[in-house]
Amino acid sequence: MTTYIILQHYWWFIISLLGGLLAFLLFVQGGQSMLFSLSKTEDEKRLLVNILGRKWEYTFTTLVTFGGAFFASFPLFYSTSFGGAYWVWMIILFCFIIQAVSFEFQSKPGNTYGKTTYRSFLWINGVLGTFLLGAAIATFFTGSDFSVNKGNITQQLAPVISQWGNNWHGLEALLEPRNWALGLTVLFLARTNALLFLINRLNNKTLEERSHKYLFYNAIPFVIFFLIFVTWILIGKGFAVNAETGEVSLEQFKYFHNLIEMPIIMIVFVVGVILVLTGIIASMISKNFRKGIWFSGAGSILTVCTLLLIAGFNNTAYYPSSTDLQSSLTIFNSSSSEFTLKTMSYVSILIPFVLAYIFYAWRSLEKKRTDIEDINNDHHAY
Amino acid sequence: MELLDAALVNWSRAQFALTAMYHWIFVPLTLGLAVIMAIMESIYLKTGDEKWKNVAKFWMTLFGINFAIGVATGIIMEFQFGTNWSNYSWFVGDIFGAPLAIEGILAFFMEATFISVMFFGWNKVSKKFHLAATWLTALGATLSALWILIANAWMQYPIGMEFNPDTVRNEMVDFWAVVLSPIAINKFLHTIVSSWVVGALFVVGISGWFLIKKREVDFAIKSLWVGAIFGLVSSVLIIWTGDGSAYHVSQRQPMKLAAMEGLYEGQKNADLLAFAVLNPEKTYNDSIEPYIMSVKVPIPGLLSFLGYRDFEAFVPGIKDIIEGGYETSEGTALSFEERKERGKMAQTALDEYKKAMSIKDTSNALIHKKILRENYAHFGYGYLSKPEDIIPNIPLVFYSFHIMVGLGMYFLALFALLLFMLYRRKMEKAYWLSYAALFTIPLGYVASQVGWIVAEMGRQPWAIQDVLPLQAAISGISVESVKITVFLFAALFTALLIAEVRIMTKQVKKGPETDQP
Repeated sequence: MTTYIILQHYWWFIISLLGGLLAFLLFVQGGQSMLFSLSKTEDEKRLLVNILGRKWEYTFTTLVTFGGAFFASFPLFYSTSFGGAYWVWMIILFCFIIQAVSFEFQSKPGNTYGKTTYRSFLWINGVLGTFLLGAAIATFFTGSDFSVNKGNITQQLAPVISQWGNNWHGLEALLEPRNWALGLTVLFLARTNALLFLINRLNNKTLEERSHKYLFYNAIPFVIFFLIFVTWILIGKGFAVNAETGEVSLEQFKYFHNLIEMPIIMIVFVVGVILVLTGIIASMISKNFRKGIWFSGAGSILTVCTLLLIAGFNNTAYYPSSTDLQSSLTIFNSSSSEFTLKTMSYVSILIPFVLAYIFYAWRSLEKKRTDIEDINNDHHAY
Repeated sequence: MELLDAALVNWSRAQFALTAMYHWIFVPLTLGLAVIMAIMESIYLKTGDEKWKNVAKFWMTLFGINFAIGVATGIIMEFQFGTNWSNYSWFVGDIFGAPLAIEGILAFFMEATFISVMFFGWNKVSKKFHLAATWLTALGATLSALWILIANAWMQYPIGMEFNPDTVRNEMVDFWAVVLSPIAINKFLHTIVSSWVVGALFVVGISGWFLIKKREVDFAIKSLWVGAIFGLVSSVLIIWTGDGSAYHVSQRQPMKLAAMEGLYEGQKNADLLAFAVLNPEKTYNDSIEPYIMSVKVPIPGLLSFLGYRDFEAFVPGIKDIIEGGYETSEGTALSFEERKERGKMAQTALDEYKKAMSIKDTSNALIHKKILRENYAHFGYGYLSKPEDIIPNIPLVFYSFHIMVGLGMYFLALFALLLFMLYRRKMEKAYWLSYAALFTIPLGYVASQVGWIVAEMGRQPWAIQDVLPLQAAISGISVESVKITVFLFAALFTALLIAEVRIMTKQVKKGPETDQP
């Protein structure tokens, strides 16, 4: 392997890892999606909002970093997908824009539109944001309708390199049931992780009991949709790349082959799934078990990371064009130059340091479980 | 393949301008207030005086409200490079993407992590750790500005890259040249200190309001001291960084400088205008007087000096830049027509290179590659058709520049006067000055916005100076789609701005809390 190829793999791994971290941190959105169901009284709603509100920026920042890292390492994806699947990404962005103000503004006098409006924003972000992110990522396996021709740049009257094949600009992904399956998987995973997080952080009997009850109704659909999606892609056709010629073709069981041919990834994938299930099942069985989020969270990161790895590694097109196979994006034809990837890799050495101070700051704020009294005594509570 | 639609370019520009200007309402206050409240908390820790804690906390509350909406309007800024400027994202993503990613990894996480400690950690972490968190929040905000400004400076002065005809994009070859580009450093410093001024104006203005209302006088005087000193230092620094900006613009973007001064005919020993009224009839190649009236700064040759460090230097006007033929440090300037020709040669060479490579005709490919290299500096001109295409909107840039400079001078005088009155202990009774400070708050925003208008409108038609005009940077989407998102952003951001201003007003009226131990 040349240095360039190693760097392309390294950066796909970083993207996959960020994707995994994002999937875990979407528990904030999962919690928001239950704002009007899990919490009934105003005190319960405030408690929920404040517990989630101390973490929302991590999710938001991870999403922004996921985007920035994708731009820096695989710019052709950035230009093709964002510029093509315009509407899906725009709706996702709107979902996050309305989230960013909603924690801070909802309880402040003068907020103009009332508390319920901001909480509805949080709910929309929680439901639509997670579902659409999942559906958008599913297209990494199911394909999209685009073509890429870099030679267009010198066409004075039509210089656009990446062209989307239809006027729905990404919304057509909703016609594909597999995209729905992953969208719903991400939504219910976010809700499941949110419940496990609340069980871990809350000091409120009613909400804790309700969280345990809700866990069952969210974990079951999560597992079902996850199984549907994973089974479907493992037994279906995948987008294989000929290592010699770079030609893209459809291959039956491609993603299953990827798992078999990359046993370490398969093992990590299985460990991830087991961890998620352990977190859920242990929390369902024992009301006193509060560490479910750490199992399920770590499992979510590993599972999503490995799913993304099998979409890009082992000569696979990670952003396939289902209508013009040869336009499909691989980690080789869409990456930044070797110099840029190398420079960015030096920067990435600082990531553990960033994770360390996040961990330290998180720990120093979360020494004990939170109750409504803590919120009432907090100068900056939402 | 869809043909390029001029309306699409215009609406995409409108969206970028709208979202950027909204975002920039909130960013300067974040940058300025972050440092001010960190200074206040430092004083609290140093003196142990609980009043300073309350002062710091009051400004932190306003910071939090402003920060949230800054984040909300900021996310679109990153993603719309992809959504609306997809060609751009590929053509220069190899260089432009890196600062954005570094911004996320190094700056945003720092901000997000320590802002939580700052807001929720008063009773949970030690005083020193809390102060460190406040400073780290300010540092995170400043670093995020650093990286995006490096990216922006690179668009104004592309450096440290080479065009790769095989991948049809520009590729980074020198990271430090991009990061340490003199334009980037100057742009960062100028933007940061101007944001400090906005923050300082906000603090002295609101403190002035408390004095007018005869409320929280001790709090107001304390805030005024910090705001006025910080504002005065920042205002002095602005003169230095502003001078640097003018110098770099003269060297690298002479058309922008000509637009800033409404200079159509180049001249030696060129004077700087204090103010002028432009003649709307004026075009670049007629003999009409450019100004209906004008007032010069009474230092002969000041524009030449600012631009070239020489009172006798020749400053090219718009006509000179279009017609070429004048001497620069890099030789005789080419005319627009020559550059257009060479841009077309570069584009044709790229086409021919690709054709030659597809049939493995390497000797021909090398010839075309050489032609491409020799003419690449003019690549973007190949997309343009007439000389007017490289002239930015002169009145907009001209008036924006002069408003910015004039306001900068006024702010300096205001801060100096505030300090004088504070020193003489006459501030409490000087209601006229408190009113002046209060009504200057919006002017800080005006100065900051028009500064960006100079920077961004002054470089039109370029997305990347000389390399990629906007029309070639676009995404392949329908103009209707962009129109819808423009209106959605306009409606949403306006609605959020209204809420933000009302919340801020209520919080200010509520005043600082007094949680004495």
